Amino acid sequence: MATSTATVRRGPGHAARIGWERGKLEVKEFFRQRESVVFTLAFPVILLLIFGSVLNYDIPGNINFSQYFVPGILATGLFGVCFQTLAIQIAIERDKGILKRLEGTPMPPASYFLGKIVMVLTMVVLESIVLLAISSALGKVTLPSDWHRWVTFVWVTVAGVAAGSLLGIAFSSVPRSGKSAPATITPIALVLQFLSGVYFVFTDLPSWLQHVGALFPLKWIAQGYRSVFLPDSFAAQEPAHAWEHGRLALILVLWAVGGLVVAIRTFRWRAGKDA
Amino acid sequence: MTEDVAIRVRGLQKTYGDHVAIQGLDLEVARGECFALLGPNGAGKTTTVEILEGYRPRTGGEVSVLGVDPKRPTRDWRAKVGIVLQSTGEFEALTVREVVNHFALYYPAPRDPAEVIEAVGLTEKATARAGTLSGGQRRRLDVALGVVGRPELLFLDEPTTGFDPEARQEFWELIHRLSAEGTTILLTTHYLYEAEALANRVGVIHGGRMVEVATPATLGGRATAATVVSWDGPDGRQTVSTDTPTSQVSKLAAEFGGEVPGLTVTRPTLEDIYLTMINAGKGEQ
Repeated sequence: MATSTATVRRGPGHAARIGWERGKLEVKEFFRQRESVVFTLAFPVILLLIFGSVLNYDIPGNINFSQYFVPGILATGLFGVCFQTLAIQIAIERDKGILKRLEGTPMPPASYFLGKIVMVLTMVVLESIVLLAISSALGKVTLPSDWHRWVTFVWVTVAGVAAGSLLGIAFSSVPRSGKSAPATITPIALVLQFLSGVYFVFTDLPSWLQHVGALFPLKWIAQGYRSVFLPDSFAAQEPAHAWEHGRLALILVLWAVGGLVVAIRTFRWRAGKDA
Repeated sequence: MTEDVAIRVRGLQKTYGDHVAIQGLDLEVARGECFALLGPNGAGKTTTVEILEGYRPRTGGEVSVLGVDPKRPTRDWRAKVGIVLQSTGEFEALTVREVVNHFALYYPAPRDPAEVIEAVGLTEKATARAGTLSGGQRRRLDVALGVVGRPELLFLDEPTTGFDPEARQEFWELIHRLSAEGTTILLTTHYLYEAEALANRVGVIHGGRMVEVATPATLGGRATAATVVSWDGPDGRQTVSTDTPTSQVSKLAAEFGGEVPGLTVTRPTLEDIYLTMINAGKGEQ
């Protein structure tokens, strides 16, 4: 008895629909795992509460450091969700054989990545809302009433998610196993946070370290968020004495494209010698 | 020509550097057949199956699976092939129903997920998270994901490892049902009685070669193998290997004038045959 020979649905519409379903499933899975919620979503909140109250001193430009810290922790939260979570999670999924199982189905490969983007965007939006709500309740940030600033917020977030996620997917091939993934990826993210003007004012870094930090996306995401939440007069305190939106966009796009190229060339559905 | 052949393998070769994993393996599985691959660990079973599943590249030989070379798997082909891999332990935070429903979305003509869950005996666990399932139940979830797409060909890699006898019996019934519906099945197993219970034919792989292909009843000349007759004689335990066990027993009955003390008449089990074949193979290497 031969089975019916229905053909597999094709095209971007089908891939998008399956990607959306995968995204919903991934979000569900994420929120049911308490450790992942605590470490990914609550960690920036804890940092905000601790650093926001401890580092209570004025910095040049007539603001308090805790105000400077809010955009930094928003950027850290975004980068953590995109880069850290994806790099670690995909390495673990590859090691466990989840990717191998998916490869053995007619799932459109693009749907896997679309699902990850749905998950990452959901978490970034949630995290941003929580961080902004807490910081405005504590009086650390004044939410802008000017819509131009919110447009900036949206495009910096989208470009940051694109760069961070594609880098995360590319980096998922670096850890040798799922077990070693957190130990490989977390230090990279931590060092970037110190180089990117999160825990202290970026211009306090020695200038050669500023140049190193400026190579990576996190510094630019933080600077973009400062342009949203700090007064325009503070732009004079930035390294170029301006918000540099053009350069910011360029650098995030370059990282996104670079991450995409590396991800396409190195992504593997299987671990091991025949991958 | 290939209409009634599901899997055709000619001279399959696979090497890793200097190590030859598969050397010139031939295999043919008919549509609707249930074929079991037997062999010790490291014999090349999983390597062979993963080449057929489109997971691993091969070094040489011709392979056709449902008329397609698995070197270049297409999505249409993937939809016709169900795969149950060895590894488990995924989707821990999702329920059985959520996972099966989701995988059904990938296929053009899936089975009803609720029926699949029922068929693998997980209805009572449908709303339980996969992380809370026992080893045997997880394996059944794996099988559910392998069959939800209504595959024409199903690969089962050591499907019942870690099952208790009852779970294994239920699993065998499931395989019998799939087989009765016309699904072609290629399974690998360590358990010879499993091959005997499920397979129309068995192939023994050893040292990267197909040592023999036969029905379970005739493997290794089992049907015609000498029968061993043993009894307790006046000088202790006596054993005779014979092709005519009935006349041997009649002769003994006449000698003893009735009951033969400690009489046993045994034909070699599949296990005996298999171990003999594997040990002979070791001698060659």
